[in-house]
Amino acid sequence: MPEGTLCNKNPITTKEQLDALLADKTGKIYYEEMKHLEVDTEKLAETLQATCKSRIRTWLEICAHCGLCADSCFFYLANQKDPTQVPAYKIQSTLGEIVRKNGQVDNAHMRYCMDVAWGKCTCCNRCGTFCPYGIDMGVMFSYLRGLCFSQGFVPWELKIGSGMHRIFRAQMDVTPEDFVETCEWMCEEQQEEWPGLEIPVDKVGADILYTCNAREPKHYPEDIAEAAILFHIAGEDWTVPSEGWDQTSLTMFAGDWEGCRLQVEGIYRAIEKLKPKRVLGTECGHAHRATVIEGPYWLGREDGRPPVPYLHYTEWVAEALRTGKLKIDPAKRIKEPVTLQDSCNYIRNYGLKEVTREIMSYIVEPGYFVEMEPCKEYNFCCGGGGGLNGIGIYRQWRNIGFKVKRDQIKATGAKLVIAPCHNCWDAIRDMEEIYELGIRWSFLKPLLLKMVIVPEHLKPKEEAEEEE
Amino acid sequence: MYQFITGPLLWLTFIIFFGGLTFRVVWYIRGLDWKLDRVAYRTYPALGLKGALQSIIHWLIPYGSYGWRAKPLYTLVFFIFHAGLVVVPLFLAGHAVLLEERWGISWWPTISMALADTLTIGVMVTAVIILVRRLVLPEVRILTTFYDIFLILVSVAPFVSGFLVVHQVRDYTFWLYAHILSGELLLILIPFTKLFHVVGFFLSRGQIGMDFGIKRAWKSRKGFAW
Ligand code: SF4
Ligand code: SF4
Repeated sequence: MPEGTLCNKNPITTKEQLDALLADKTGKIYYEEMKHLEVDTEKLAETLQATCKSRIRTWLEICAHCGLCADSCFFYLANQKDPTQVPAYKIQSTLGEIVRKNGQVDNAHMRYCMDVAWGKCTCCNRCGTFCPYGIDMGVMFSYLRGLCFSQGFVPWELKIGSGMHRIFRAQMDVTPEDFVETCEWMCEEQQEEWPGLEIPVDKVGADILYTCNAREPKHYPEDIAEAAILFHIAGEDWTVPSEGWDQTSLTMFAGDWEGCRLQVEGIYRAIEKLKPKRVLGTECGHAHRATVIEGPYWLGREDGRPPVPYLHYTEWVAEALRTGKLKIDPAKRIKEPVTLQDSCNYIRNYGLKEVTREIMSYIVEPGYFVEMEPCKEYNFCCGGGGGLNGIGIYRQWRNIGFKVKRDQIKATGAKLVIAPCHNCWDAIRDMEEIYELGIRWSFLKPLLLKMVIVPEHLKPKEEAEEEE
Repeated sequence: MYQFITGPLLWLTFIIFFGGLTFRVVWYIRGLDWKLDRVAYRTYPALGLKGALQSIIHWLIPYGSYGWRAKPLYTLVFFIFHAGLVVVPLFLAGHAVLLEERWGISWWPTISMALADTLTIGVMVTAVIILVRRLVLPEVRILTTFYDIFLILVSVAPFVSGFLVVHQVRDYTFWLYAHILSGELLLILIPFTKLFHVVGFFLSRGQIGMDFGIKRAWKSRKGFAW
């Protein structure tokens, strides 16, 4: 059986296909079918010809086999230095093999590639910064994911995720109507405490267009409320788009490059339609990577940048604190040892290390902020990046990988971890569940809300009168 | 024989060496694709240049990069090995004599014999360490192929034979010819094997530097802190 009914080379584009795939709980039939999926070696060779150019070919060829990248990978460290977890080995035995054989590989090899590309690499790009040649295995694994996806070898959850994006332009089945409704609901719910709070939808020409992670409307609508309240306090002129509001990209995790393009296209269309001065994304790492860092290239923008400045949430927070739009009550600053999780996607891969430290200087009482070791661009992946958090078959591998982050956090002595990234946040939550360090973890928004000074005129009437 | 291998054969070697490396450089640069690599090379030449230089320079200096500092012992071995490999053949007085004899170049700088000897011994000793490391450390052994070992032997052969020539152990002519031929073999192999890293290092590091300078670290004040 060359093509399965569920596991095949075609991306999900209709609701029916999506439902059929979802009905196959945990992907049992899907993975069974994958064992028999035929590799279209001719197409693979053509794809290599068209997309594997001098950069990747040189990386694969020039690798000195020196092993200096070994210790850089948290999977290697967490698995008792298992040599099969050395980044260079992982990439040479997968993509290297495909390139050397010019695509003449079999089903077993493609399944091995899938296991390694998703189960043994989170595309955190840390190894690339330790290799003397700058060979970036993370970049190559994400390229390999693309090859795997095009041949139908992709974890079940990510096939679904890519389908969600293609159908809903969101990583979950949240329609524009659902999204707008959630915004309205959140706004109503907060009226008592925050009279006059608004979540303007599709306002043209606002200073800030806010985009979020579909998990927020679906699972944590409070997050949207918190964002709204902070904008309200800061006096920002902002809006959300009814379409193009989900900034995430499971398509990127899946290696579905066409899906990636479609997703970002939707957001940029909203930008062009609503003409905001700037766009601001939520506390998410991969969403920022997809929409701001890689997205412009998927859309063929020669300047490599989004149509208007597109900020990560931390950039806005730092700016609001710096300019005094948000003022922190010094008495309410964090007064316990606290550490910060650097997200690979916007720290190592976008350079926001200074901005995040600036935020810490405002919200943490001096002397209480403890850096992880190593940190900033050299920080380890949380352990759940690259889509790994959501993949059932690799759950055990992920949980072993957590050990590195666990030990890093433990060494800081902090009981509070600030994690301004959905993936990191989830990973730390799951890690705590397994390893029980007794820590708490948080996004920035709830922390800021606890300590920000609320201007008198924004307080509810009674309260204001009581205080008089 | 001597006339031939230091005359026409040497010329041929140089033609292959420089021609091959030029081809490598041109092929690499032409193969860079801003859309596929997702780096806007052309749009930000200044950011790109800065990033490339930063990345190359930090990694050219011993302990100049975070990565080198993470591996202090290996870094020492690595730099001793490479210092000898580069400096001795280029600046050996014996080689300069040839330059003067053949092409009348008399201004070529040279190093003292003592330094040349020290560096050569450095190359031989570190080569042994590198070989042993390859076979002993599991994370390196799993990557090692015969090709890697062959390349180390090919690279060190001219140094061993050259050392024997200079110190006139015995069989002077034999070792001299062995030295010249192994040196030429090395030069010819460089463009065709991964030894082309003599230019590839700069290309690859330059590219990743541009990637970080233009795109992946452009928000950081100083760029990526290699
Ligand atoms: S550090 Fe670089 S050159 Fe060395 S084995 Fe790893 S990828 Fe290859
Ligand atoms: S990108 Fe990260 S997870 Fe993947 S091999 Fe490199 S260090 Fe390991």
